Amino acid sequence: MTAPLIPQFDDDESSDRKLAIICSKGNLDMAYPGLVLANAALGEGVETHLFFTFWGFDMIATKRMNNLKFSPAGNTAVHMPIGDLRIPQAMAPMPGMQPMATKMLKKQIADLGVPEVPDFLDQIVAAGGHLWACRMSADMNKFTEADLRDDVEGIINAGDFIELTAGAQLLFI
Amino acid sequence: MPVTTIAGREVTVDDEGFLTDPSQWDDDLGAALAAAIGIDLTPEHWKVLHFLREDFAAQGETATTRRVQTVGGFPTKDQFALFPKKPAKKMAYIAGLPKPRGCV
Repeated sequence: MTAPLIPQFDDDESSDRKLAIICSKGNLDMAYPGLVLANAALGEGVETHLFFTFWGFDMIATKRMNNLKFSPAGNTAVHMPIGDLRIPQAMAPMPGMQPMATKMLKKQIADLGVPEVPDFLDQIVAAGGHLWACRMSADMNKFTEADLRDDVEGIINAGDFIELTAGAQLLFI
Repeated sequence: MPVTTIAGREVTVDDEGFLTDPSQWDDDLGAALAAAIGIDLTPEHWKVLHFLREDFAAQGETATTRRVQTVGGFPTKDQFALFPKKPAKKMAYIAGLPKPRGCV
């Protein structure tokens, strides 16, 4: 009799795979790639660290994280949700365009069952992800730990982050 | 499609070993699949597994960890505690379902 075919989950040996994701953008659309990938990595048992820097700081700043925006300005790949119409760049900066585009994008994301940014970070932390804030960005914004989500593990400098993620695969977003 | 023998029963599986026919599954087979990957099922595990089965029957797709949390009501932390390291795949495997298709 042959041995039964059983999936190899490869989680017996302690895997040393680590992923570091640098989130440097605070636009709603650019907040998501890092979160989706972090969530996926955690679901595969990969130790995952997110470092929030520059505009990405808005993702963890309690007064800003619920209010990220999306603008079609400067992004020629933005299409209307139906049809295949591009939003003309001359119209992109017009008043009302940003709130409308933000609302539409939020709806598209919600329709897929994907959470809003703060909720997504809750899930990532619950799955064992680590959140870190950038020292320089905190100083620029005059922010302290009191201005950030409670689950941010620390405000650290670039050198600390490099040390912390020794041997990790790295994504800059 | 490969056929393999789990707990004395022949089941059809994909190349990795995930069941391809959810109707071949029952609780006894679930327990055998769990044992095969080193998980002892408790009543808490069963609640999650039965949610996955019912949700799959209704939706035709395996629930992601997100859906298991928001629709099933099982917090992410608990899923990782019950099905360590790779909850989405392990839950699907034990419940005799395909791996989830969605990203989140």
